[in-house]
Amino acid sequence: MNFGFTDEQEFLRSEVRKLLDEKAPLDDVRRVSEAESGPGYDTDLWKEIAELGWTGLVIPEAHGGAGLGWVDLVVVLEETGRSLFPAPLVATTLAADAIVRTGSETQRARFLPGLADGSVIGTVALAEEEDTPGEAGIQLSAQRSGEGVVLSGEKLFVQNAAAADIFVVAFRREGELALAVVEKAQDGVSAEDWPGIDLTKRLGRLRLENVEVAAEAILEGGDSAAVGMLFDVGATAIAAEAIGAAEAALALTTAYAKERIQFGRAIGTFQGVKHPLAEMYVDVESFKSLTYYAAWCIDEGHADRSLAASRAKAYASEAIPRIGIDTVQLHGGIGYTWEYDAHLFLKRAKWVRPFFGDADHHYERVAALGGL
Amino acid sequence: MDFDFTPEEEAFRAEVQAFIQAHIPKSGTAEEIQAWQKAVREKRWVGFSWPEEVGGGGGGIAQQVILKDEMAKARAPALGSCFMGLAWVGPALTEYGTDEQKQTFIPDILDGKVQWCTGYSEPDSGSDLASLKCKCVRDGDTYIVNGQKIWTSIAMWSQWIILLVRTSGDGSKHDGITCLLVPMDSEGITVRPIKNMSGGAVFAEVFFDDVRVPVENRLGEEGQGWKVTVSALAHERSSIAEVQGLQRSLAELKDLARSCKKNGRSAAEDPGIRGRIARADARIEAMRLNGMRYLTAQLRGEKLGSETSVNKLHRAELEVEIGELALEIQGSRGPLAKGADEVPADGKWQRMALSWPEVVIGGGTPNIQRNIIAERILGLPKDL
Repeated sequence: MNFGFTDEQEFLRSEVRKLLDEKAPLDDVRRVSEAESGPGYDTDLWKEIAELGWTGLVIPEAHGGAGLGWVDLVVVLEETGRSLFPAPLVATTLAADAIVRTGSETQRARFLPGLADGSVIGTVALAEEEDTPGEAGIQLSAQRSGEGVVLSGEKLFVQNAAAADIFVVAFRREGELALAVVEKAQDGVSAEDWPGIDLTKRLGRLRLENVEVAAEAILEGGDSAAVGMLFDVGATAIAAEAIGAAEAALALTTAYAKERIQFGRAIGTFQGVKHPLAEMYVDVESFKSLTYYAAWCIDEGHADRSLAASRAKAYASEAIPRIGIDTVQLHGGIGYTWEYDAHLFLKRAKWVRPFFGDADHHYERVAALGGL
Repeated sequence: MDFDFTPEEEAFRAEVQAFIQAHIPKSGTAEEIQAWQKAVREKRWVGFSWPEEVGGGGGGIAQQVILKDEMAKARAPALGSCFMGLAWVGPALTEYGTDEQKQTFIPDILDGKVQWCTGYSEPDSGSDLASLKCKCVRDGDTYIVNGQKIWTSIAMWSQWIILLVRTSGDGSKHDGITCLLVPMDSEGITVRPIKNMSGGAVFAEVFFDDVRVPVENRLGEEGQGWKVTVSALAHERSSIAEVQGLQRSLAELKDLARSCKKNGRSAAEDPGIRGRIARADARIEAMRLNGMRYLTAQLRGEKLGSETSVNKLHRAELEVEIGELALEIQGSRGPLAKGADEVPADGKWQRMALSWPEVVIGGGTPNIQRNIIAERILGLPKDL
């Protein structure tokens, strides 16, 4: 029994941390993400992190990746979350994970090396107009075309839609769920990012107009269980980044509470400031434990996986808005200014809350999976 | 990261399971419970983690978790009928007691023969325990105690009290506190139970009027009572076992929801109720996993700090929330009490909804836990 990280994982954490501290301080994060043109992330830095293996972390070594697991990935995502690091890392990793799990050997060999070396940006396209999380939300219906299918419709809330080169698209074929890899370069494919509150996290729309998807691009194991898995790993990834972001927000606010003097003493002496900070700590520690366990369940193929992922995302989704609001509020007026960093965490919180299912969605799932 | 236990630990689990199977009281008669206690004691599973030289089991932390886990799963009677003695007094004696004190007191605690209570809080010293005033002066080989304690759990059923008194008013408020071991039948001690809002009494007031205590009943040095207490408190901070009780309450709460109607359908189908039960579920699981993380840190030789306040806060919230949920699920039956025709489960949930203060306030209120986290973990300045 050991609920801790290995020395290798701690080393990975410190290496990731060191690079982000050096190359992605919040000033740079702002500059890159606020830029009106451009992909919203630093493409040179993307190449660098790809060379370090971050993009191929869960991809097998045979296909150019590091062959590590989700517990290792959580270590990286906690740190990218802490830095509010703007990059299509979660999007690319989820696309890669889906192909690793459901692709045939040929499909893996075709798509994974590019994702692993960072030359290809991937993302997953699941949600639609109804914005229903989970398998029930996937209604895009394919027309049969020889051995392949034709897809027409829209996928919404696609992470890094504009930057992505390939999309793992979920759809229905004769009612049954399926996954396929659609390439940006194909006829009828167009994607755009929308303006968003959190400039570090790009979201957008994928349009599919009579897109021919060859049989070779339909992921071999992409069934209902695979789509379910994709939602579980997605929820876990978002919760992992939320841990880092919340810890950074807590550190920023704690430091401010120690420095800021009012009524002749540091505001951190007042219980009205202390207690919300303590609550933030309680919440982060707790959804951290739940997220670590979810990641372990993913790696182990444990029967608790869906329940663990839902508990983690439910708790994170419920706690994170409060943490964002308290971060701004406990700073007073300064927390509301563009120049100060507090609002960046509030905006991240707004992004985290609904993604891959909000608290209500996941609590309902916890109830159902728990036999209620 | 690995949640599986080693083969040796799994072998221990099997041993525990077999033992429970063979010895657990079936009908719950006094003789059966005594026999159970004796059998567990002979296994050295009472005081499992205490050093072997004082009669403990000398067991490791992982095994301790397995033992507690299996006992809770089997709903076995508490290990030893002497909760306070096992939780506080034994560990403090182990660390600070003289050889004679260890020999005198520890076997009776392990055998469940002697009930202890803890005389800490006073009317004006609760959260700020170090401000206690209970007066103690030395007269030759005897201490003479005058004053009052309050919120003393199970004082009315205890034979001994581990008592904090003030032997000096000089220096820091922590310095003048001394720890004494006092028989409850000493002349000058009066116990008055405090009837609580559930109608029962767990706490009591204890009055000391010229109570004479031999000097050899002092635990640790004179003026070092604070240190003795803090050490005992640290031993108490293992939160693994509490999760089992909450998991059981949650399972019973789900059963209750299935058996009650709300708005014309089963309460288990009500989205609001489902969401709140699931929220409690996620928090109980967070407690379990937080506990695992602290345990891992302990196994790696790190000292457990104030992190356990996190689970104390969860537990406080859950004790209240589960009780509230149970009554809301019952609708208009919720405010009924034991004896009413229509009350579900003979009023068990009503008792629970009124007994949370024992857990929530005892050992430091939620706001005190928040202060502990803010000051000791986040490093915020002390409250003024």
